[in-house]
Amino acid sequence: MIKRRIMKKKGTSILMVVLTTLTVALSGCSSDKAGDSANSSNTTATSTDTATSTQTDADASAKADGNATTTDDLSKLIVGIPQDIDGLDPHNSTGAGTREVFYNIFEGLVKADENGNLNPAVASDYTISDDATVYSFTLRDGIKFHDGSAVTVEDIKYSIERNMGVDGSEPLIRAYSKIDSVNIVDDTHVDIVLKEADSDFLTQLTVAIIPAANEHPDTTPIGTGPYKYVSNSPQENFVVTRFDDYWGEKAYIKDVVFKIESNMDAIVMDLEGGSIDMMARVTSTQANQLSDKFEVYEGTMNLVQALYLNNDVKPFDDVKVRQALCYAVNPQEIMDFVSDGAGTEVGSAMFPAFTKYYMPELNDTYNTDIDKAKELLTEAGYPDGFEFTITVPSNYGQHVDTAQVIAEELKAIGVTANIQEIEWNSWVSDVYSDRKYEATVVGIDASTLSASALLSRYVSDAGKNFVNFKSEAYDTAYANAQATQKDDEKTKFYKECETILSEEAASVYIQDLPEFVVLNKKFTGYKFFPLYVQDIAAIKPAN
Amino acid sequence: MKYTIKKLFSTLMTLIVVSLCVFLAFNVLPGDPAIRMLGLEASDELIEQTRAAMGLNDPLLVRYFRWFIAFLQGDFGTSYSYKVPVAGMLLNKIPITFSLGIIAFILTVLISIPMGIVTAKYENGVLDRIITVFNQIIMAIPPFFSGILITFIFGMILKIFTPGGFVSYKDDFFGFIKYLIFPSFAIAFPKIAMTVKMLRGNLIDEAGKDYARTAYSRGNNTNGVLYRHVLKNAMIPVITFLGMALADMVAGSIVVEQVFSIPGISRILLTSISNRDYPVVEAIIMGIAIIVIVLNLLVDIIYRIIDPRIRIDD
Repeated sequence: MIKRRIMKKKGTSILMVVLTTLTVALSGCSSDKAGDSANSSNTTATSTDTATSTQTDADASAKADGNATTTDDLSKLIVGIPQDIDGLDPHNSTGAGTREVFYNIFEGLVKADENGNLNPAVASDYTISDDATVYSFTLRDGIKFHDGSAVTVEDIKYSIERNMGVDGSEPLIRAYSKIDSVNIVDDTHVDIVLKEADSDFLTQLTVAIIPAANEHPDTTPIGTGPYKYVSNSPQENFVVTRFDDYWGEKAYIKDVVFKIESNMDAIVMDLEGGSIDMMARVTSTQANQLSDKFEVYEGTMNLVQALYLNNDVKPFDDVKVRQALCYAVNPQEIMDFVSDGAGTEVGSAMFPAFTKYYMPELNDTYNTDIDKAKELLTEAGYPDGFEFTITVPSNYGQHVDTAQVIAEELKAIGVTANIQEIEWNSWVSDVYSDRKYEATVVGIDASTLSASALLSRYVSDAGKNFVNFKSEAYDTAYANAQATQKDDEKTKFYKECETILSEEAASVYIQDLPEFVVLNKKFTGYKFFPLYVQDIAAIKPAN
Repeated sequence: MKYTIKKLFSTLMTLIVVSLCVFLAFNVLPGDPAIRMLGLEASDELIEQTRAAMGLNDPLLVRYFRWFIAFLQGDFGTSYSYKVPVAGMLLNKIPITFSLGIIAFILTVLISIPMGIVTAKYENGVLDRIITVFNQIIMAIPPFFSGILITFIFGMILKIFTPGGFVSYKDDFFGFIKYLIFPSFAIAFPKIAMTVKMLRGNLIDEAGKDYARTAYSRGNNTNGVLYRHVLKNAMIPVITFLGMALADMVAGSIVVEQVFSIPGISRILLTSISNRDYPVVEAIIMGIAIIVIVLNLLVDIIYRIIDPRIRIDD
């Protein structure tokens, strides 16, 4: 009898193995919030905010003294980062979370500062020809790579050409298809020649300059930044140390560990327990739970959060319907609910950090007016309202919360909004790539310091135009902005673009989300950037 | 010999079925690894070029066999999200997850067997009743919840360990083991409770059988009967259970690694699934499948050593 039982057990054991492994695989798929948000930042089209506002009771009452061995040592800073580095080769790593870490290691010919200016970095100086087709750079005198070798003009040519995809392959950076050639003039001068004029091209030249002699850029990252790479371990950490031969102002803190904090619910505990000293993009709830050992810096995430409407589907193909929604949605109410009133209202596809282009007056194009909204709906032929679906990526807590407030607000004009939460990968394929959606709430950020980073997607035939916005006036204004070399005219045309987006109600623009950064008070000097950047070199011991 | 061949064949079949399931699952799930790698700003041409370079445009079965043949040759491929060979990456993580499983297993054996014997020996005594009640409660607590409780009590209130303060075994081996002890408890608790209950039941069962009475009549005292005769028989099902429990503990570490921020295999598995990084997922799932199969085999072997009544036909 025992024998029989054993034989039977064998028969089922295969089934057992299959089931066990499948359970493992599938349980991974069922959206684990922290895990997802940690990994969904491989994009520039959404904000990488902390995913969830729900906290465990354990966190809520978490209070502890810093008894870790590391926190008292001010020569070492442990920074929590929500997602892992996606590769060590700066030219092949696109993750926003990777860019913010690599800012400390790699530098381009020019480098962004906290005010949104581009300053010379690997190049000490540059000139742009009057027709904006030739960009000439002077190599910084005495600048060295982390391995001690001197940076040469060949390294610059190599780095730029690597992104152009010289051997017939596609350029790694879309805009680099505009480059005609990179010419070495002499030992200290390089010219980048464009096929067509582009006075904004400097914003694309923050791409890392790496040594041509390094045969393994994907395993041994070498740059020119204030910190150099030491080691990394997947899902664990990324370790850097100060580069003492740095050309500019040297970093204060010697050793910096970027620790991957994929469990968003553990952040308060880890900060209080002392296993991390700094964390960016915490929620307002988390910031409120922290003891006075921490300084909370409040800034903005530099993105445009909106209820993006698919302008191709009914009823959103009618401008009156879109305007009606703008009149019905109250951004302040959303900010109050989602992040205790923090946040900055936006009225078009531009966030306030772009001071030159941001138009605060557009916030008043649609002041909340329920009667006006109803009137517009009636004119459009929907006197009794309609029903539609807002598709939201479930790992972004703030966007989900926003969608819920919007759904409540729209009830006032008889419009029913159903909220459908989907996994990030589905969002990318269904909403962003295939444009099969009615409305969605996300945040869109800028990949470069140029207004076109935010505005180019609204051009009628743009590949990134996932809202299917179509306007001849807009296309003309955008083309004019691209064509002109004069800065004030360019700004004027970009502003015209923004005004059109606002008046045509391309989408319901809401806000630039608030960002909270917490830093242990033993350290100071945190600076917000208009781009996705953490400048660790600026952080110093408090005393 | 025939048995060995049969066993090997069934092992191979199981692995093929498992790997095919994972492959199919990824084919059904939304999400393009190329877009995942290049970001949303990438041009369609670049995405297409990358897809072609990654071989993603080939038919499913072609991709599957290409992967399977490479896997048999020991080439696990290159991670899409880390751009490094999968084998080397996982090799550094295996000691972490294994240490977790093994410490949990040792804790389970060391605690549950003496407790099982005590409860059976003093059946219906005060100690037995207390332990039985506690057992029922602990069995009902899933590891992630006991993990949160342990973090709160031992980490935040008693400050015996720093939550999230994991150190790599390469930097500080003692600190590494120390940090893993509490997570191991979280994994071990339900298993301890189940083992105690099982051993207790078996011992009481076996002690009521004829051979136990015979052993008494031959002049053995209680301890003699218990340790020399009854325990041996009562242990057989427990060993099966512990074997399966060990496999389960490796799987159980998936949740616990998340709760305690341990950068082991399981955390890589979870992030790789959401990154659509299937070379990594395939390698890990195959690893787990192999572990489960090997443990099953070991249980069979130990079975035969302990109980000569069990013979499997050759």
